[in-house]
Amino acid sequence: MSPFCFSDEPLKVDEYRLQVVDSAAGGYAAFEGWVRNHNEGRVVERLEYEAYEELAVKEGARIIAEAMERFGIIKAACVHRRGLLEIGDLAVWVGVSSAHRDEAFAACRYVIDEVKHRVPIWKKEHYVDGDSGWVNCERCAEGAHRHTHARAHEK
Amino acid sequence: MIAIEVQYFAVLREQAGRSRESLETTAATAADLYGELQARHGLDISRDSLRVAINEEFSEWSHPLSPGDRVVFIPPMAGG
Repeated sequence: MSPFCFSDEPLKVDEYRLQVVDSAAGGYAAFEGWVRNHNEGRVVERLEYEAYEELAVKEGARIIAEAMERFGIIKAACVHRRGLLEIGDLAVWVGVSSAHRDEAFAACRYVIDEVKHRVPIWKKEHYVDGDSGWVNCERCAEGAHRHTHARAHEK
Repeated sequence: MIAIEVQYFAVLREQAGRSRESLETTAATAADLYGELQARHGLDISRDSLRVAINEEFSEWSHPLSPGDRVVFIPPMAGG
């Protein structure tokens, strides 16, 4: 399995964590991203994730390699869901093993933060009122207040 | 004219009404190509909000296009 990949089926954390097991590791830190029922004051009913897989797996693998290099961890992996997700579903899993806990926590945080900003994945929220919208693209239209969106240019 | 492959994702896929297309263009750069496709498909997403990838790598808007290039315009990402 590559260090960063996608799943169109519900994530199986018990299987993925075996990827980072190592006899030199003193522990393992993981992050699970879950689908929550609200965002920016709106009631969310379900989500849809879409990805540009060819570039996403490359960029994801680069992020994992950077985490290995920066934090001196033993193993790391990330799996992201695609498709239609319901409230409470697991959207993303990050797992990191290392000799000591500090590096594991730090590397896990690094991976999820970078994945959010650098990997070409998009999330469409479907709201309970029947409306829907692409997250982080509320003000991407021509003539919109481009520079008022806190995250529009975050990379 | 050169032949280019374009793939659309997320908000751009919805606005363009397609996931991909092959086209002949006189656009010299990725920026020119986006301008051409904005006009053709009525895409209202500002280029300032996008990034561009050529042949499965992030690229510059000023990057010259070559025949057979695979171009993807990348709306604001929202993984996790």
